[in-house]
Amino acid sequence: MNEMGSRNATILQVDNLKKYFPIRRGFFQKITGWVRAVENVSFKIKRGKTLGLVGESGCGKTTVARLILKLLDADEGQILFDAQDITQLDEKEMKPLRKEMQIIFQDPYGSLNPRMTVGQSIAEGLKISGIHNRSKQNQRLEKLLKMVGMSPASSDRFPHEFSGGQRQRIGIARALSVEPALIICDEPVSALDVSIQAQIINLLKDLQSQLELSYLFISHDLNVVGYLCDKVAVMYKGHIMEYAPADALFDHPFHPYTHLLLSAIPDTEHKIDAELNATADEVSNTLNPPSGCSFQERCPLNEERCKHNPIEFEKMGPDHLVRCWKVARNGSY
Amino acid sequence: MADNKALLSVEELKVYFRSEDEVARAVDGVSFDVGREETVCLVGESGCGKTVTALSVMGLVPIPPGEIAGGKILFRAKNLLDFNDSDMQKVRGNQIAMIFQEPLTSLNPVFTIGDQIGEAIQIHQTATQSEVVERSQQLLKDVGIADPAQRLRDYPHQLSGGQRQRVMIAMALACDPDLVIADEPTTALDVTVQAQILRLLDTIQKMRSMSVLYITHDLGVVSKIADRICVMYAGIIAEQGNKDAVLKTPKHPYTQALLASLPNREKRGQRLYSIPGTVPNPAYKPDGCPFHPRCQHTIQNCSEQYPGMCDYGDGHHARCPVLFEGGKGNWCD
Amino acid sequence: MQNTETDAQDIQLDAPLAPKRTRLEEFWRLFRKNKLAIAGMVFFILFFFLAIAGFGLTRGDNPLLDPAMVRLQDKLRPPLAKPNLERLQANEIPRLGVYIFGTDDLGRDVFARMLQGSWVSLTVGFVAVGIAVLIGIFLGGIAGYYGNRHIRVGQLLAAAFFIVGALLLVGKLIWSGSALLIGGAGCIFISILMKKAAKAKTKSAGTRFWYFNTISIDTVVMRFVDIMLCFPSFFLILTVVALLPASIYNIMIVIGLTSWMGTTRFVRAEFLSLREQDFVAAARALGLSNFRIIFRHMVPNAVAPVLVSATIGIATAILTEAGLSFLGFGVPPPHATWGNILSDGQRFIFDAPWLTFVPGIAILIVVLSFNLFGEGLRDVLNPKLRERN
Repeated sequence: MNEMGSRNATILQVDNLKKYFPIRRGFFQKITGWVRAVENVSFKIKRGKTLGLVGESGCGKTTVARLILKLLDADEGQILFDAQDITQLDEKEMKPLRKEMQIIFQDPYGSLNPRMTVGQSIAEGLKISGIHNRSKQNQRLEKLLKMVGMSPASSDRFPHEFSGGQRQRIGIARALSVEPALIICDEPVSALDVSIQAQIINLLKDLQSQLELSYLFISHDLNVVGYLCDKVAVMYKGHIMEYAPADALFDHPFHPYTHLLLSAIPDTEHKIDAELNATADEVSNTLNPPSGCSFQERCPLNEERCKHNPIEFEKMGPDHLVRCWKVARNGSY
Repeated sequence: MADNKALLSVEELKVYFRSEDEVARAVDGVSFDVGREETVCLVGESGCGKTVTALSVMGLVPIPPGEIAGGKILFRAKNLLDFNDSDMQKVRGNQIAMIFQEPLTSLNPVFTIGDQIGEAIQIHQTATQSEVVERSQQLLKDVGIADPAQRLRDYPHQLSGGQRQRVMIAMALACDPDLVIADEPTTALDVTVQAQILRLLDTIQKMRSMSVLYITHDLGVVSKIADRICVMYAGIIAEQGNKDAVLKTPKHPYTQALLASLPNREKRGQRLYSIPGTVPNPAYKPDGCPFHPRCQHTIQNCSEQYPGMCDYGDGHHARCPVLFEGGKGNWCD
Repeated sequence: MQNTETDAQDIQLDAPLAPKRTRLEEFWRLFRKNKLAIAGMVFFILFFFLAIAGFGLTRGDNPLLDPAMVRLQDKLRPPLAKPNLERLQANEIPRLGVYIFGTDDLGRDVFARMLQGSWVSLTVGFVAVGIAVLIGIFLGGIAGYYGNRHIRVGQLLAAAFFIVGALLLVGKLIWSGSALLIGGAGCIFISILMKKAAKAKTKSAGTRFWYFNTISIDTVVMRFVDIMLCFPSFFLILTVVALLPASIYNIMIVIGLTSWMGTTRFVRAEFLSLREQDFVAAARALGLSNFRIIFRHMVPNAVAPVLVSATIGIATAILTEAGLSFLGFGVPPPHATWGNILSDGQRFIFDAPWLTFVPGIAILIVVLSFNLFGEGLRDVLNPKLRERN
């Protein structure tokens, strides 16, 4: 973590991020438990690169996105954006930084205000970045719409007149309106038709190379992540289980959960690991997690030791971290 | 796969939806067969008519606004479209069963799992209470639910998404149907759970020697479970044939483009092929071949004449005369 | 190379989904199907113009139709009766030459009085509902958007000091009242001083006490709504009206102040669901102010159900005003309202039934048409109900 030379190349660094949600019950709303949504999450995104955050629903990946954008406040840990810790900032101090980080959502239908025209939605961002002049706004609007492959004529139409893929483009244009350095993509293609997915993926790649954007790409689809991401973090129940460059992760996965995910890709090239799948029934919730490894209930390698000690990261190669003592000892899965 | 052996055979089915000023031709001349013990996949994007096709087989298309505008649905050589409501009731659930996409909303939240499976058994068969319980337990065991006696007393909200989908499958199996129609049964589930459900469907189909009509938009899933594939686009079947023939040597430009646009790790660094434009609105379909505005191989004819089915042998058909033997395929008018 | 490729796709990429249809056209297309709602809307508009016309025709020193002109010679004439030209003075002859709705026991023209009354009904309906909707959106918006924030001990103390102090001042206890107000100001001062301390990681016991969360804002607002709903509202209004001097403005304000609870609940529920929408999260991520998010992004999306309940609320307000006037608590006598025409007429119900029927049927038609119009609006604005027709 002490790379002074490459410090400016890191756009976002998350250290030991933690967020618990209280569960309240009864008349007095007493706190009866905690949902451990995010626990000890750390990663780094280099400028102009893409980090994939992979996991199943409920693993905490969307919470991480909201924590980084400060739509939620973290309980513990640091979020360093361009070497500045944003967890302690209040709303006013955060305001200039908000322009630097934007988000693209999964659901193209809920992400645009239905009562605003496309132009008005995008102009919200332009006003924030200080463009109040009407003609300058229109100029910029036209440029943004062109950039995402829409014609400028769409600006006075309402979102309901567009298809899912088109709305996703409009959402991207709105995010770009404040000229951010980092865009958090929260499952941006999983609600789209197959023939539209490739359009949006290509658009994201083009924009990245044109504008030197960095992406945090949240997805459950390993095919998309494998295509798009430079580095991948595999998340399970609030923990990062494996963190490695994409090639290393796909070629030499270590963690049993990563193996499970890879074997579940419905694609002829991956064979089903029958033994792994048989033991891997889904598990209820993050309410009262067992002590020790959070994956133990589904893990084929489960042993006594997994139940007690908190499991630390083991280094398996350059930049390749795995939260499993057993594969670390054996050197392979 | 000879025609006389087919369990279900849909011939030139046309289903239109009328509103006051437009007609949406949701299904526009679809023909395919489902043989005994065969899994046929209907693949396509949203609005291509795959779900409407399935609903018309079940006799569940809402009329009005829907309207069966032509064609036949032969199940065991009898035309289901000629059946009245009470005849259809006997077929539904008893001989043809359906599994829906959303396992949470397809189960009634105020009844226990046992009540709901028991009801499914008793509608079509006479059985004593103890026989019903015994059969329900057996069914739950068949679909891989641990501790079935306990689960029968649970309410739907106490089960996880995957378990609910298993219960739905158990209910569909309650009366030993010959044909199960599965409408995107794994779309709402996590990838690891999806892999389990797909394997479950596979084992059950072999065990009970039934036929499955599987509806999905996911080509990965198709490659895992299908015997034969029908690729649908804008209400027509663009291509159909055996799994390997369609996926390895696609003959229709739409299938080719879809396969080329799928992202995966092997295509990293290359630009994805993306199909331009959007899926047409069923009420405003282009003339001629519905795919021609988005197609790479469009010639003059495509926008004027309706393409005919071209036979590539071994049950492999594609509705594109342009690519057939150097453009020698037949056209309809 | 990549650029040219994206540019080449431009034209096809935003091929429209369907022919462009504005919101208004879409609204009208759906609304048109509901015949009853159309009838309601026609009466709504008719009533609106009638009331405005009535306002113009019945005011001033020498109005075209004088609702206050007493003609004892022509009392209790039936509808469509001609005035008795021989016995009337020249200035007493009605300008229309006919008593369309007859005359009452003092010989006043019921048609003129109905017109004057329709303006009262219209203003009472709109102003009262306007007040109710403004309060409802404000409180509902606060409960929905800031609902999960808590009131801290410091704020609670300051509020308590101010409220009790103000009450004492009103009760003429100048010294103790002022002392409490100064105490309240002191609380605010302490809070300002503690702002830095509250930000630090380790807090002293005092700071923690001062910043201890008591009740949530949502609880405060919604329990207040519950309390207000506990009173039978008509009797609440009667009580308040009995204490205040009778005037048309007091009636409007009192009806408004006692009918905002439904709107508050609507707006809160809408806000709770809108808060979770992605476009609101996007607006926050852009760094828009809370004020702008609430009024530019959330309120426009929450007004649809409010509009519906407001339309039906107008009908209720008109009914309430008529009821109050009927009981003699409403607008003071020389001024005609539908309620007091009805009330005056009931003594002559067998001799002059038109005195009760005319205002009664007018109230019925207006209330019914507002309700039908409101329900038609709801069917159109709520997509979930749309499929039933």
